[in-house]
This record gives sequence, structure tokens and C-alpha cells, in this order.
Amino acid sequence: MKSLKYLLPALAFLVLAGFFYRGLFLNPRTVPSPLIGKPAPVFELEELSNPTEIFATSDMLGKPALLNVWATWCVGCRQEHSFLMQLARSGEIQMYGMNLRDERPKALDWLNRLGNPYAKVAFDPDGMGSLDWGVYGSPETFLIDPQGIIVYKHLGPLGPQAWMEEFRPRIAAMQGGMQ
Amino acid sequence: MIPELGHVALACALCLAIAQGFFGLAGPIFNKPGWSAATKPVSVGHFVFVAIAYAALTYAHVVNDFSVAYVAAQSNLALPVIYRIAGVWGGHEGSMLLWALMLAGWGGLLGVYTKRIPLSLASKVLGVMGVVSVGFLWFTLATSNPFERLIPAPMDGRDLNPLLQDFGLVIHPPLLYMGYVGFAVAFSFAVAAMIEGKVEKEWARWVRPWTAAAWGFLTIGIALGSWWAYYELGWGGWWFWDPVENASFMPWLAGTALLHSLAVTERRGLFKGWSLLLAVSAFSLSLLGTFLVRSGVLVSVHAFATDPSRGMFILGMLVFFIGTALALYAWRAPQLAQKGGFAVLSRETFLLANNMLFVVATLLILFGTLYPLFLDGLGLGKISVGPPYFNTVFIIPTLPLVLLMGLGMHSTWKKTDWSQLKGKLWPFALAVFLFALIVPLVVYRQFGIMKFIGILLGCWVMAVAFIDPVRYWWRKKSLRGYSRTMISMAVAHFGVGLFVIGVTMVETYGIARDIGMRPGDTVTVEDYSFTLTGTRNVQGPNYSAVRGEVIVEKGGDEVTRLYPEKRTYLVQQNPMTEAAIHPRLHRDIFVAMGEPLGQGAWSMRIQYKPYIRFIWLGALVMALGAFFGMTDKRYHVRREDEVTEQAKPAAGGKLQEGTA
Repeated sequence: MKSLKYLLPALAFLVLAGFFYRGLFLNPRTVPSPLIGKPAPVFELEELSNPTEIFATSDMLGKPALLNVWATWCVGCRQEHSFLMQLARSGEIQMYGMNLRDERPKALDWLNRLGNPYAKVAFDPDGMGSLDWGVYGSPETFLIDPQGIIVYKHLGPLGPQAWMEEFRPRIAAMQGGMQ
Repeated sequence: MIPELGHVALACALCLAIAQGFFGLAGPIFNKPGWSAATKPVSVGHFVFVAIAYAALTYAHVVNDFSVAYVAAQSNLALPVIYRIAGVWGGHEGSMLLWALMLAGWGGLLGVYTKRIPLSLASKVLGVMGVVSVGFLWFTLATSNPFERLIPAPMDGRDLNPLLQDFGLVIHPPLLYMGYVGFAVAFSFAVAAMIEGKVEKEWARWVRPWTAAAWGFLTIGIALGSWWAYYELGWGGWWFWDPVENASFMPWLAGTALLHSLAVTERRGLFKGWSLLLAVSAFSLSLLGTFLVRSGVLVSVHAFATDPSRGMFILGMLVFFIGTALALYAWRAPQLAQKGGFAVLSRETFLLANNMLFVVATLLILFGTLYPLFLDGLGLGKISVGPPYFNTVFIIPTLPLVLLMGLGMHSTWKKTDWSQLKGKLWPFALAVFLFALIVPLVVYRQFGIMKFIGILLGCWVMAVAFIDPVRYWWRKKSLRGYSRTMISMAVAHFGVGLFVIGVTMVETYGIARDIGMRPGDTVTVEDYSFTLTGTRNVQGPNYSAVRGEVIVEKGGDEVTRLYPEKRTYLVQQNPMTEAAIHPRLHRDIFVAMGEPLGQGAWSMRIQYKPYIRFIWLGALVMALGAFFGMTDKRYHVRREDEVTEQAKPAAGGKLQEGTA
């Protein structure tokens, strides 16, 4: 029995290798969120630049909207930021942000320095609001339809390709459905 | 023609690696000393052929032979020659070839410098190195051939990623790989010992210098990577905890634990199982890092999507090498005979604690790095845990580690007399305690618990590191006869102290200010004032840039003028931030340009970084310590002399006893 403990490293490694094997056949960015097709979870959080203002899920209704989860410690967020700025300038869609597990001065610095693509930003320092949204990390971007149903979720930095292929057709479908 | 020659040389190298693996392992098993002896020249030949292949690829880069697909992807007519040479390892195929070159290089060195090791063990070690090399050469040839032709050849290449066009990146990967791959030697020694079924004290002595060399290279490699990220990414951060960085840091942690465990195995014949397991782990984590970075499982999905065969191949290699080694471990480790024990308070206990803390740190970081993959594998989605997690789980084991380091250095083997240890160290402890209280309160007028703890621990290690060598020197007026291993330990631990001070000062007293500035605007940070005089357009060899001029003044006197740039590289069109830095040993001033805000205004990032140089200086000192330790006499005793050497009583009296 005593020699069994020497087997532990080998067993642990086997489990690890199993995960690696699965990992090879998973595209981490296409795992669907269980929330897709469901109403967007309700949050009421302080607005980043104006702590007295409350930003709630209901503020995003009425038009197609993007909710982008970001943080200053997140390398992927930095990467996608210039694309978000482009998108905001194009006015294609109303964009909201959720600042995850961050500090307010740092997050404001970030927006001052890199530009602010968001109409409003929810400040979520302890990650409780984003937890309801099934956010595990950042960046993540949700597409929400005018009725407040989550239509799509993108994991990782958003870029032109994902925008063309995944977001635009869905937004077009929403607008088609409304007419 | 030259690329084809390189391709053939690589195939020849694979054949020689197969021969090295076969004869190295079969020689001792079938008891054919001729076969065993043949592995040594074969290992050198193996290196020569990989070197020819590598030289051929370098040549293709230097002359910009765009009919080679890899060159067309990595080079450009306007690219300066130094970056063409460095561009060889700028992409996947070339960096795998560099891996193979380093591995064959370490194998060749082993072939030359193993005369004092019994042939049967040396042959097995070389055999295992050969088998590892077979894996990597086969991988390179089968899935990542850097010599593939591109017909018709394009007129110009796609250029090297601008991030990599930098001096730091010229030297960072080779050093990092030297370290990564160098752990293959310790791995091979461990596997060979497990095949033989015995681990002697001599075994540990043979592995130690190789491990120290690999560790030293890895330390410098990681430090260079951190330095590069600091000035090139334009954020002023020095560590980001991204998977690629973690992939290099985990082998370093395991390697550090291994160095300390080997000290016990060599001196006391204990911790044999630990040493084996850590030797296997250090290299396994290097392989794991390669898998994570190269397969795209964690970082970039695109690399995988274009070529799933690569990820599968590396995973197969991973399972074969690590699986076999760990299975051997499960079989052999219980049979290892260990004699002798140690008291609760002894150097062994401190080293055991060191091992435990390093292993815990490694596992926590491994878990954090792989956590996204676990959740993904269970169908729970993708995440990134981010620096808040890593900072916490790394600081928790590090604080006791640094505290115990000072005590462990001055404890003795088998049993340590507490009152003696206390008598020796309490004046230093008191002095350091007062210093750590006074400096934040008086000099900085800003006290905090992390500031206090950081300064306390860093100064503590530095203060006690050189007690013994200084006392010895005081008595004898020379360091002759003092153990070089002990000096190397003191130096390396002093480096840890420098590092801790650097991290503490930067993280607690550093100032970062992001601000919009128009020409003529002045901003004050700490005692310095920064004035943006203006911006103008400049042309580089393969980029165009906007260059700002910032005058830095202190008390009305000009300190320096800084010229941060925002570059756009012509071929790849990525914007790049070139920060301007005014470095001094005790502080850096860091100015980077952000985005244009219109009407000549720019967002500027101005940072004051106290003692940030100590972070990299500390790492350099650590590596220096490791390299110096390799010069210890006892690693260079010839085999014939070994018997007489051991028969002699340990000379040098009490001080020699501390030899670790």
C-alpha cells in the first residue's frame, strides 16, 4: 500500500493528458453559453465614471446591444480595444461594458487613455454581477436583442472576422424580424 | 540547393539520434561496452548535423531566399540583417529547430564531458537524450519542416512580427531555450538512474552542475523576457502571468526545487525520490510549456485549427516521455534505499520546506494556467483567471520561503543548535527589522504592511547571505579554501533579496499616470516635471513613426529629454508603442505615447518606477551564483582520482561542514 503514493504523479499526469486530449478537439471559443436564447440576467450596478448612477440590465433594451466584459488586467481586452473603438465610431450598434474585478481609477485611466467605446459601463469589482451572466473571465462579448434575449456570446478578443461572420448576420436577422 | 542540404542534414541528424538512443540504451542492457562507448561520438555527430541544418536555414534568411516558405513568412527585404538572423526563431518551425539544436548541443556536451561518469550510466543518459531528440527531430520533419519550398517564390516576404524586431528578442529565446532544454539533461540522468534502479550520492554530484547551468540560463532567459515586455509592450509592467510566461516559470520553480533537493541527496543520500521526481518534473513542465504554446490549446486557437496534427503529435510525445518516466518512478522509487535521518531542526528540514513551498507554488500556477482548459474540457466554457489569482497564490508560499531561506542558509546538517543559530542571526534580524520600519516612515513617509514585509524579507536575505564568507575572509584574509558551492549559494540568495526589494519598491511606491497632453503641457510626477514640447514624423528602415519630445526636469534642472514613438510597420501595418526610458539603478522614468487625441494632443503614459532594475539585476545575480557554483573543484575530479578523494577525510573543519 505504501508504494501506491509513488503512483500518484503518474495518475495525475494521466488525468491531465486526458484533458489535453479533449482540449485538442475543443475550440474554446465556440462553447455555447447556457444563457443563449434566455433573457439577459438582471443586474443593477454602479456606473463606472459616475458612482451615483445605477446601470441596470433594463437600460439596454429597445435596440440591439453589445455587452463587453473587460478588465485592465486582461491582455485580450487590450488586444480587442482598438476594434471596439472602430465599432463604436461606426455606430453600428450600441455598446455597453462591464468592468470585471478591477479598480475604478485604473479602469477610468484605461478608458481615458485608449478611448471609451461604451455608452455605459457597469462597475463590478467583486465579480458578482458578471457571475450571473456566466462570465468566467474576460474578454467576453454578449449580443442582446431589443427584447433583452441573449442571442450570442463571443469568448476571447473580438475581431473583424468574428464580427462579420457571427454578429452581423444575427443583428441583420433581428432588424429583419422587427420590420 | 542550400535549403535542401539543410533538410537532408536534419534527416541525417534524426538517423544519428536514433542510433544514439538505441546504442545508448541497448549497450548496457546487452552488456556491449563497444555500443555504449560509440554513443559519445555519435552524440557529437548528431549535434553537428543539426547545426548544419540550422546554419542552412539561417543562410536562407540572411540572403532572403523567399522560395522557402518559412523565410517568406518571417523575413523582408527591408528587414535589418540582425533581425533576419533572429527571425530564424521568430516562427514555429524555426523555433522547433532551435529547440532541436539546443537539445543536440547539450547532448554533444554530455558526450564530451562525461569521462568521469561510469560508462554504463553515461551511455544510458546519452541514450535517453537521443530518444528525446528523436521525438523533436521527427516532429520537426513530419509536421513543421522549415525548409518547405514556396513555388512560385514571392517578390518580398511578409516581414517579421514588429514585436520581435528588438534586441531583447534577439537574445531572449536562445537563452530561454538553453534553460528549458537543459533540463533534459537532468531528466535523462533521472531516467537512467531509474533504469539502473539505484541513486548514489555521486549521481547527485554528477547532475548538479548540469542542472545549475540549465537553471542559470533559464533564469536569465526569463529575466530578459520580463525586461523586454517592460519596455516593448509599452505598459511598463514587468510580469503578466500569461500562459506563455507561466510555461517558462513553472520549469524554473521545479528546477529551483530540484537544485535544493539535489544538495540533500549529494550530502546526505536522502530525498532521492524527490530529486528524481523533480528532475522528471522540471523537464516535463518544459515539454508541457511547449505543448501549450505550440498546440494552441490555450493561447491561440488558430494555430491548432490550421494544423491539428501538430498538437496531436506533441501530445503523443508528452504522454510517451512523461508517462514513461513517471511509470518508471512509480516502479523504482519505492525500492530506493535511504539511510540516516535528521532532527526536526536541521538543514534538511529547511530544504524540505523549500521543496514543499516550491512544489505548492508550481502546482498552484499550473492549476491557474490549466484551469481554463479543465473547465473547457468539462464543457463549462473558457475563462482566464488573471493576475489577481496568480499574485495571491504566488505571494503566499513566497513569504515563508524567503524568511526560511535566511535561517536555512545558516543551519547545519543533521541537527542544528537553535541557540547557536539564534545567537548568530539575532543582531541581523533586529537591524533589518528596524531598517524596514524606518525606511518607509522616514524616507518615503508612507507606511504599508506589504512595504514593510517586502523590505524586511529582501534585506533579511541580503544581510545574512554573506555572513559566513565574510567571517572566513576576515580570519584568513583570503577566500582560498572556502567552498565555492557555499559562495555560489550566498550570491544566488543575495540575488533573491535584490529581486524581492525590486518587486516591493515597484509595486508599492511606483507611480503610473495616464494623461492627455498637448504640446507645451507640463505634468509633475514625484519630483519630476514632464513637458511635451511637440511631436514630429520620422522614418525608420521599415516603419514610419510619430516621435514625441518630452523634457524631464527635476528642481528646475533638466534631467533628460525622452523621445517616445508610435510606430507603424509598413508591411504588417501594426501600430507599435516604443516607450522612452531613462534608467538609473534606483529608478526608471518611463514615458510612452498612447493614442492621438486630436489637435496635436496625445494620451501619454508617464511612470516612475523605483528600483525596477533590481528585479532583473537580482535574476542576473542568481544566475551568476549558479554558474559560479559549477566551478567547484569536486565537480572536476577525474574518475581515477575519485576513490582517493573519497578516502581522504573531509578537510577544512567546521566551515567545510556547511558545504551544500
